Amino acid sequence: MIAILGLLVGAILGLLLEPEVPGALQPYLPIAVVAALDALFGGLRALLDGTFDDRVFIVSFLSNVVIAAVIVFLGDQLGVGTQLSTAVVVVLGIRIFSNAAAIRRHLFRA
Amino acid sequence: MTAEGTPPAGGEDATTPVPDRTVGGSWRTLGRALAPRATKAQLAVGLLAVLLGFALVVQVQQNRDEGLATLRQDELVRILDEVTQRGEELESEVATLRAQRAELVTGTDTELAAREAAQERARVQGILAGRLPAVGPGVHITLGVTERPIPPLTLYNVLEELRNAGAEAVQVNDVRLTASSYFVEGPERVVLADGRTIEPPYRWRAIGDPSTMASALQIPGGAMAQVRGVGGTTTVTEMEEVEVTATREPVTPQFATPVPPPEG
Repeated sequence: MIAILGLLVGAILGLLLEPEVPGALQPYLPIAVVAALDALFGGLRALLDGTFDDRVFIVSFLSNVVIAAVIVFLGDQLGVGTQLSTAVVVVLGIRIFSNAAAIRRHLFRA
Repeated sequence: MTAEGTPPAGGEDATTPVPDRTVGGSWRTLGRALAPRATKAQLAVGLLAVLLGFALVVQVQQNRDEGLATLRQDELVRILDEVTQRGEELESEVATLRAQRAELVTGTDTELAAREAAQERARVQGILAGRLPAVGPGVHITLGVTERPIPPLTLYNVLEELRNAGAEAVQVNDVRLTASSYFVEGPERVVLADGRTIEPPYRWRAIGDPSTMASALQIPGGAMAQVRGVGGTTTVTEMEEVEVTATREPVTPQFATPVPPPEG
């Protein structure tokens, strides 16, 4: 519940404040968002598996975001930023899908 | 990286239940998790969720607003290259089209001059061939008949006299006289000019130098004297403006063709 509330509050804050993303962060924000979404789905799956732990969730959430951003940053420095961010999005997308499938099996047995 | 597959760290939070492996159990787990509880961990999760929602919305808005600003350097370079190339293509197209336009303008000028020359020629030749009505200074001649008709040869002499005096357009009654005109005697002594009957009095209109034509006609033993010799009456009037209104369509030559211009 608190997670859904938090998402809504964050979205409303973003809509109201309409902040400018600093130029240095611009390539990393989308990747960070995708990584956070992956962590969220992972957390939900762990909850249903009965292995959910707050500390693990928080750490995995933050580390996911940071590692994704660092990978893209590294890619930018190496000159393969575009390709590497594509790779990160693909991997995280696959994980989101597999987590979503596990959640679905828990809730609907299908 | 995720909580998936991580063993529960027991003792921290007692809300994590023993897994219930049925559908109902899964829903119950979800329900329990949804129930708000004011623990430190829940607060942290909520904070992260706020952060995620915020970042999500910001990124979506950013993506909607910004065009080039979010692109990487190599993408910008590629776009710049494309734009530059496109610009060069368009510039060369402009040059080509300018050249074409200049060509067309010159062509139009030449064509215009040619057309004007052709129109001028058509005017001159139209007057000479009797195709166009004409106006200008000239003379009116009226040949009246008293008792004897005027023979065609005498009328022809009048025409010849006018030509010699430089008449450019001649009309008798309503027949335009041209280079191929003739007078013959028709049945019952009617005079035909170019195949058309003309009745006395013969009213001539000739465009040319009025005084030259008048004096040429009036010289002793000339055309007017001949007419008077066969009993006709003559009137010659010099006019400032004579209108030759009768026209005739020139016949297309059937046998004669122009000699081709000499080669070279």
